[in-house]
Amino acid sequence: MTTIEEVVPAPSPRDAGADGGPLLEVRDLHVEFHTRDGVVKAVNGVNYSVNAGETLAVLGESGSGKSVTAQAIMGILDMPPAKIPQGEIRFRGQDMLTMSAEERRKIRGRRIAMIFQDALSSLNPVLTVGYQLGEMFRVHQGLSKKDAKAKAIELMDRVKIPAAAARVNDYPHQFSGGMRQRIMIAMALALEPDLIIADEPTTALDVTVQAQVMDLLAELQREYNMGLILITHDLGVVADVADKIAVMYAGRIVEQAPVHELYKRPAHPYTRGLLDSIPRLDQKGQELYAIKGLPPNLLRVPTGCAFNPRCPKAQDICRTQIPDLLPVTERDGGELPGRASACHFWKETIHG
Amino acid sequence: MAELGKTDEPQDATPNVSEVDVVDAHSEEEAVAAIEAPVERGEPILQVRDLKKHFPLTQGILFKRQIGAVKAVDGVSFDLYQGETLGIVGESGCGKSTVAKLLMHLERATAGEIFYKGQDITKLSGRALKAVRRNIQMVFQDPYTSLNPRMTVGDIIGEPFDIHPEVAPKGDRRRKVQELLDVVGLNPEYINRYPHQFSGGQRQRIGIARGLALNPEIIICDEPVSALDVSVQAQVINLMERLQEEFNLSYIFIAHDLSIVRHISDRVGVMYLGKMAEIGTDEQIYDHPTHPYTQALLSAVPVPDPEAREHRDRIILTGDVPSPANPPSGCRFRTRCWKAQDKCAEEVPLLAIPERFKGSDSPAAHESACHFAEEKDVVHAA
Repeated sequence: MTTIEEVVPAPSPRDAGADGGPLLEVRDLHVEFHTRDGVVKAVNGVNYSVNAGETLAVLGESGSGKSVTAQAIMGILDMPPAKIPQGEIRFRGQDMLTMSAEERRKIRGRRIAMIFQDALSSLNPVLTVGYQLGEMFRVHQGLSKKDAKAKAIELMDRVKIPAAAARVNDYPHQFSGGMRQRIMIAMALALEPDLIIADEPTTALDVTVQAQVMDLLAELQREYNMGLILITHDLGVVADVADKIAVMYAGRIVEQAPVHELYKRPAHPYTRGLLDSIPRLDQKGQELYAIKGLPPNLLRVPTGCAFNPRCPKAQDICRTQIPDLLPVTERDGGELPGRASACHFWKETIHG
Repeated sequence: MAELGKTDEPQDATPNVSEVDVVDAHSEEEAVAAIEAPVERGEPILQVRDLKKHFPLTQGILFKRQIGAVKAVDGVSFDLYQGETLGIVGESGCGKSTVAKLLMHLERATAGEIFYKGQDITKLSGRALKAVRRNIQMVFQDPYTSLNPRMTVGDIIGEPFDIHPEVAPKGDRRRKVQELLDVVGLNPEYINRYPHQFSGGQRQRIGIARGLALNPEIIICDEPVSALDVSVQAQVINLMERLQEEFNLSYIFIAHDLSIVRHISDRVGVMYLGKMAEIGTDEQIYDHPTHPYTQALLSAVPVPDPEAREHRDRIILTGDVPSPANPPSGCRFRTRCWKAQDKCAEEVPLLAIPERFKGSDSPAAHESACHFAEEKDVVHAA
């Protein structure tokens, strides 16, 4: 099979933000799924941005819309049933949602790559890992099978898979979980993208292997000055690697903050609840703090603030009016750069 | 098969575990009576001695030959005391779930003994085994697959009563099931609903209610919260702690989330490749670990505090866990250990209080299976 796409010299990948803007900017993104039971509003107006070399962690429970946002950025949502009624996804200033399918294809994989959670089900079990890794080079760069395989070995070396040359013809089931995840990372790195989206990259791994994989990811990110969007629900991993954090709940961002600030002084009751429910040493033998209730059903999101039925601070206004994501300031009005909270009572939450 | 278990390997000397008070039961009635007898709080209720489970690897279709064995559990000993929670941690493949299955007698042990109130359950059968099974129940990891989607919640929780009708007479069952639903914090009206109508956390509550149905003494929890959302995990942990108080239960809590294990456990055992690497109270294990594997495991856990990340002393292990079909000679951890020396390849370290800490009062004096055990505080390292 010859490549369909003519090989255009890829624009130099390191001219990040030629206009000084962020690498990727998501503006007021909405995603909904049309199902038999009604319209599921999975993402309701998400805004975030990532710069080159920066790590943005998107934190949220299942059903918070964190993965759907990532899939919308990659353009791998199944449409239908999914629909993007409004919003912009700007990559280096260009809105990807208005691009043609062909243009997006050139960005996907080459400029923005994704690492999936479950490496075993994301790799094709009937093709060798070498073939799957080489596909990137064959399709995007038009290399021959032989050259692609050589490149694949190089990549496997770079993600520190021992005896890469001997293992290039192995199938995914012959690798351990950690090694498979390394292959996923290698695949994402193949064309040295500007941005990597990692969707729960270590959730399926053991802690010792998780530490190895996160270390590798951080090292490669530094080396290539990539932007990284890390989607996770693990507050520990976030504290280890993130520069800034966006906390999502029921399809909205409820709080945004630089990593140190968020852990020190959360400005949203949901974030505070999450942090409080981590078992701490001095609480041994006591009851853990638990956020009461359950995450909302996206078919029937509560009116007003979606968190209000579970919130200990909820007042009447929370049940009627959706709080906007507004900047958070110091008590004296001093600016707190990069911080925002979508709570009517953020002042009480952050300043006690 | 029987030969498999008999090896020349020295057995773990376990000075801390008490002598097993074997009850000699000559008839089934005596065995059942021993099993039904109450145990004082703080007395050992379950005593595991040199437990082994080897899964045979065979070759050939018609004439099967055994070519080896996966040594999933290879000589594990520990005690569970009445009313306590014993946490078992370890990476996937270390044999912790196999231990759970062996304790439930869902798998037959290759060698070793499991004493429940002085009765070796690996040798029991018939009525006595049934009585043991009633007293040891299990809560499974995945609430999405461990509940039959075609049964109503009432049928699921009530099913144990079909097997043990003495616990709840037929006319009484519905009321009993509703009581159980109430105990685990679910609306008793939900008795006719199906599992798919519940969220993950609620399903796990149904699984716990099923485990409680027969008033067991021991509940084995195999990763009970790892499939749940963070905000729901705390609810389920709180529920389990409350139930332990209320029904005077003993838990074996298997998990890989070390912070949750620390929160709920009185004692913690660390497993590596089918063997217990270290066992002690939660303080001894977490604040004064002496086995290098425990130290590496603890240091690899991400700490939810961004201030800690610059000055943490992380031990990153290289490579993967070796195959349990062909474990390294000597100490099983030596292939990934930074302290490994020749001795580690030749001699299997025994699970015992290390020589250097013997007789001292320091919290480092707990059982650790390492030739070069030394204390290292990895959690608070600054």
